[in-house]
Amino acid sequence: MSDSKSILTNRAALRAYAMIGVLAAIWILFHIITPNHTFLTPRNLSNLMTQTAVTGVIAVGMLMVIVSGQIDLSVGSIIGFAGGVSAYVMTEMGYPMTVAIIAAVAMGTAIGLFQGALTAYVNIPSFIVTLGGLLAWRGAAKWLLGGNTIPVSDEVFKGIGNANLPVIYGWIVAGVFVATMFYAAYRRATSADADGASSLSRELLKAAFPAAAILGFIAIMNAWQGVPVPVVIFLCVAFLGAFITNSTVFGRYLYAIGGNADAARLSGINNRWNVLKVFGVLGALTGIAALIFTARVGSALPDAGTLKELDAIAACVIGGASLVGGRGTVFGACLGALIMASLDNGMSLVGVRDFMQDIIKGSILVIAVGLDMAGRKQS
Amino acid sequence: MPLLEMHEIQKEFPGVRALDGVTFTLETGEFHALVGENGAGKSTLMKVLSGVYPAGEFQGRIVIDGRDVSFSGIRDSENAGIAIIFQELSLVKELSVGENIFLGRAPSRLGVIDWTELYRQASKLLKELGLAIDPRSKVGSLGIGQQQLVEIAKALSRNARILVLDEPTAALTDAEVETLFSILHDLKARGVGMIYISHRLDEVFRMSDRISVLRDGRTVATHLATETNKDGIIAEMVGREVTDIFPETKHELGDIVLRAKNVTVYSVDEPDKRVVDDVSFNVRAGEVLGIAGLMGAGRSELLSAIFGAWQGKHSLELELDGRPISLKTPRDAIRAGIGFVTEDRKRYGLILEQTILDNMTLAALRRVSGRMLTSRTNERRAAKEPMRSLRIKAPSVETVAGTLSGGNQQKVVLGKWLLTKPKVLFLDEPTRGIDVGAKQEIYTEINKLAETGLAIVLVSSELPEVLGLADRVIVLHEGKKTGEFIKADATATRVMAAATGHATDI
Repeated sequence: MSDSKSILTNRAALRAYAMIGVLAAIWILFHIITPNHTFLTPRNLSNLMTQTAVTGVIAVGMLMVIVSGQIDLSVGSIIGFAGGVSAYVMTEMGYPMTVAIIAAVAMGTAIGLFQGALTAYVNIPSFIVTLGGLLAWRGAAKWLLGGNTIPVSDEVFKGIGNANLPVIYGWIVAGVFVATMFYAAYRRATSADADGASSLSRELLKAAFPAAAILGFIAIMNAWQGVPVPVVIFLCVAFLGAFITNSTVFGRYLYAIGGNADAARLSGINNRWNVLKVFGVLGALTGIAALIFTARVGSALPDAGTLKELDAIAACVIGGASLVGGRGTVFGACLGALIMASLDNGMSLVGVRDFMQDIIKGSILVIAVGLDMAGRKQS
Repeated sequence: MPLLEMHEIQKEFPGVRALDGVTFTLETGEFHALVGENGAGKSTLMKVLSGVYPAGEFQGRIVIDGRDVSFSGIRDSENAGIAIIFQELSLVKELSVGENIFLGRAPSRLGVIDWTELYRQASKLLKELGLAIDPRSKVGSLGIGQQQLVEIAKALSRNARILVLDEPTAALTDAEVETLFSILHDLKARGVGMIYISHRLDEVFRMSDRISVLRDGRTVATHLATETNKDGIIAEMVGREVTDIFPETKHELGDIVLRAKNVTVYSVDEPDKRVVDDVSFNVRAGEVLGIAGLMGAGRSELLSAIFGAWQGKHSLELELDGRPISLKTPRDAIRAGIGFVTEDRKRYGLILEQTILDNMTLAALRRVSGRMLTSRTNERRAAKEPMRSLRIKAPSVETVAGTLSGGNQQKVVLGKWLLTKPKVLFLDEPTRGIDVGAKQEIYTEINKLAETGLAIVLVSSELPEVLGLADRVIVLHEGKKTGEFIKADATATRVMAAATGHATDI
């Protein structure tokens, strides 16, 4: 028992390294088997990151919902509806882009809060509420769009899905990130009390790896056309999500509620209110994802976002989240989203037929969770 | 030759010897009552008998009809003619009465259930027992009392010759108790041997041929019911002396901190049933108030309702520091200065997969960490004091709570509540399932807390604990307050008499 702490932290770290290893293996494999070895090129990686953005943004919110012990099956349909709202507001009603953006995010948030209220205060299981939502919001999207697509003409709006950050800004962002990481490492090393103290050199070393990763990432993105705007949004959401889950009272409450709802309630946590809020957060993020999707396609489609809920849930689960609640990390969910997108991207490049892609993705999800469970049991 | 003999049964759990050489016999057609305090070993003994603890997990012999038997599971004991009706019913509420009776062995042809035959047999069985229950009705639609009778019908359908009833009347109305007893009389006449576990001594004396008293995992005595009386049995149940593991301390009593008036709590499952019936009490600063009572007397429910955590119907009036106050949720109660170390730490107290630090700061997170943003540094600083004063043994505060021993887990829960800086602390079974050393440390801590002026309400099923720590004891029996004693008057016999509803002097 004396070293149970180190075993556990090691296990968590081991898990993260294992996932990065799996991701690297997938990338190298695809690079070798794609014709002309196009997978690991700046152009394709830029494309891959953009493809990850929509799923990733939702996966961050989904992770928080799953951690609190709930589930949301309706996000794909909400993408369709909220995306439809944004295009409708601009094209049919003639409002400027800012109104459309606010409308889409507000719609996503409102739907999330509504479903959260049904779950938390009316005690309908979230699986059922959002299964209903899966059908209802898809229907709403079709009704709003009259079954057609509504094109968007505003070039700035389309930029949300297609533009790239100028190269120089990319470097500035990278510089700020790296500086922040080292500053945080310095703070941790100097302010921690004896119990959690850790030497400065060790903290700086720990910060070096992510710093190098960020610099490398920006370099690759800039080698093509600069960091794509959707990727910028995704990274902001991911950092925000990591911050919420790690460093806020709200985040801690989510893990407590998912870990043991009775103990959380008896410790004075308002479980219902926090569940309501987390659905609101996911709703807002879904609204953002809808904007990225609509902007990228350049029009609102009645079936936009179909099956995105499953991608997001799969990303969380591959990333180590437990559907029972109480366990999971934003970092894991983001890696999970990247793995899912890599499979899509790579298999398309190799020319795997659609149906085969689905079969492979489904199998990998089940195998990944199976291996994880086996690993847990062993320990 | 006795129908059943259990010889020198010993059963150990890690750190505890639950049964320490129990010998018990049952004759054909005998009604044999088994009594004892909570934790005396009654349920463990019955689990040995029924194969819940299979042969090999205990020492001793079980002999039926003169032949040694060894059960590797419940199915074996059922085949040997043993049926147990546990306190928690094991019926499937969504299935019909008939289906429940024949669960797992429904009359069938080629795997297809013969429903006509099933209901014919069920109907016949119920009629034999004189029960007017439709075998096709859903079990969930029946009252608890009728469900209990269905459970008995199920046992008889398996031709049980040894019937164990564990507190069968706890949830029954008087009329239902009469029905049950007349059925038991019939069974006795048919030669079924019955082991009857009950806290209700009136019933025990009314029905039994013999009475055995268990205490601390040993058979203290077996009497013919006609040769003893309630006072004698109570004395044997209590038996032991209050040992000196309770340091003699004198608490300085201050003003009344919490006053609870007319607390009435209704069951969640049966909204008409009062689990706490018009109980009032108060507790002073620096005082330890003990609440004694047997399992199901309504002690936890009483505290839970005051704390705003009871999810069923309830009514009460509260005063804190002399001012009326209303606590709708645990959050309100914590803000008002009440802490609640709940029973069953794994279920209600801890998030087992989280660290000591995460658990300990949970109830006071905004105060010890930050209003919106958490700070590990602040939390570590706050947790230092309880880690030290409670002597929590763990490599660090980052140790996962689930890996700790029971005693250390309990200390983490206690630490969690101390961090909320309470004025009143409720302790519900704070030493259940922990080793003696940790128990003593918790006793010392309780006394220290009382010395600092904290008002403490202590619920415990271990009578010596209540008597050793409390300045004043109130006793509950079936939801009603049946006694209140100051320390000098609180003898084990008096408290136990009040707890069994056999109060002579209040």
